[in-house]
Amino acid sequence: MKNILILGAGTSGTMMANHLRKSLSKDQWNITIVDKEETHYYQPGFLFLPFDIYKPKQVKKSIDKFIPKGVNLVREKIDRIEKDSDQVFLQNGEIISYDILIIATGTDIAPQEIEGMQSDNWHKDVFDFYTFDGAKNLRNKLREWEGGKLVVHICEMPIKCPVAPLEFAFLADSFFINKDMRDKVDLTFVTPMDGAFTKPTATKELNHLLEEKNIKIVPNFNIEKVDNENKKIVDYGGAEVEYDLLVTVPTNMGDPMIERSGFGDDLNFVPTDKSTLQSTVKDNIFAIGDATNIPASKAGSVAHFEAEILLENILRFIDGKELKASFDGHANCFIETGHGKALLIDFNYTHEPVTGSFPLPGVGPLRLLKESRMNHFGKLAFRWIYWNMLIKGTHIPFVSSAMSTAGKDLKEEETPIL
Amino acid sequence: MMERTYAGTCVYCSDQGYLTELEQWTPEIGKEIAAEEEIEMTDKHWEVIKYLQEQCKNEVALSIRRVGKSGVVNIKEFYALFPGGPLKKASRIAGIPKPVSCI
Ligand SMILES: Cc1cc2nc3c(=O)[nH]c(=O)nc-3n(C[C@H](O)[C@H](O)[C@H](O)COP(=O)(O)OP(=O)(O)OC[C@H]3O[C@@H](n4cnc5c(N)ncnc54)[C@H](O)[C@@H]3O)c2cc1C
Repeated sequence: MKNILILGAGTSGTMMANHLRKSLSKDQWNITIVDKEETHYYQPGFLFLPFDIYKPKQVKKSIDKFIPKGVNLVREKIDRIEKDSDQVFLQNGEIISYDILIIATGTDIAPQEIEGMQSDNWHKDVFDFYTFDGAKNLRNKLREWEGGKLVVHICEMPIKCPVAPLEFAFLADSFFINKDMRDKVDLTFVTPMDGAFTKPTATKELNHLLEEKNIKIVPNFNIEKVDNENKKIVDYGGAEVEYDLLVTVPTNMGDPMIERSGFGDDLNFVPTDKSTLQSTVKDNIFAIGDATNIPASKAGSVAHFEAEILLENILRFIDGKELKASFDGHANCFIETGHGKALLIDFNYTHEPVTGSFPLPGVGPLRLLKESRMNHFGKLAFRWIYWNMLIKGTHIPFVSSAMSTAGKDLKEEETPIL
Repeated sequence: MMERTYAGTCVYCSDQGYLTELEQWTPEIGKEIAAEEEIEMTDKHWEVIKYLQEQCKNEVALSIRRVGKSGVVNIKEFYALFPGGPLKKASRIAGIPKPVSCI
């Protein structure tokens, strides 16, 4: 018997467990998956929780519901990987040996990286919404908040779901309009990037939306510290932004387990080949989802595309065949813009998001990079797709792991070079 | 892509003024780009530039955090040397591509 070990039973790990159990013979391969949590969170729902759009119970389910029969689920914290002996050490002292290892431990917020962020004011007037607790505490705060300076802020890149902070700002605008108190709220978006997004065409559209919604933007802001006493955030260059309520996305880092294992970059992300998803640490170690250091968006949709390619490469690895270098960085994200509308962006390593229709060229029904109601329903439908199809490893019709350029208004120079 | 002349040499640059071929770079070119950024180069500046070029050659993605941990300068000093956008300005002077924050 041989052993495949999956670390992390979040979006990516759960998908891989489902894919692999369907593809590998039970007589030859044991599959084990380890996670420290009891709960599988639908993280995209953390965006809606603060505004009372989703209830807590809509974004959490028991982890074991999604682990298929024939896969051994271990509920324990991972201490470290010992790559030379092909073993994983758990916190309870147990040791699991493997032939193939898949790292899917994701990324978490690290507010301790920023001076003054995790003070007594944490979750009182300085909040995150990237964790279940953060989103829920922020909901309670927003229910009572009477207005003032609301600052929506990104500490440093990369972060998972890089558009979520922007969506938060749009939804906040719509939330306060509905509460009839928009005039009492001064809304500012503070980012270390040049503009609303890193890709030029999308940035143009999104900057325009910010302006339309009277949301100020402070770009190129690299936070040094939170000054709790004077309620302001301070940039390394000395610039300052005052807040009454700070909603920040702290530095995102891979799990400290990666550091304890002796590899990982300075943010604890696993060095990974961006096309094959094999780690560069050792041949029999693969990585997927938010845990990798590949230059793709850290998003569930990306993990979904990665999973199809990783499955194929693991089967090739088992057969001693050459791996396929086929992951193109494909990402497909809805961007909530408030008032029941959303945008859709679809892009990869080489193609930035542009306008057009999706997934059927010229037909849609979804519009790329343009606000529409249909896109908003797409975003809400994503929750159903997530729980019922995505993490179970069911193929989603019309959307392939490799990005398609059909239906897109590409400029000359963006046409793929073959 | 376009051509620009620095220190009497014609070099290829991106639209945003970053050299596209590091081999074309010379310290004189770096100095002229620094002047455009209103930066007067000191030994400490050159130390940072050398570090950035080495990282670039080794295909290591650069971030302000990484430079801060490099042992060459801390983040505060990095800002003091290249006020405003330290990584962007220093990258331009070093003749390496504009740093992209991953998305
Ligand atoms: C606010 C918000 C909005 C988002 N919106 C979207 C969206 O609209 N669309 C989209 O596609 N994506 C979105 N995402 C991103 C998406 O949720 C993630 O990219 C996705 O969940 C990544 O999956 P993963 O398996 O790599 O990591 P995760 O799902 O985070 O799973 C990692 C797992 O590893 C476990 N783990 C980690 N370390 C250890 C350890 N030492 N021991 C044991 N277990 C461990 C954790 O408990 C966790 O269960 C959003 C995320 C957030 C926070």
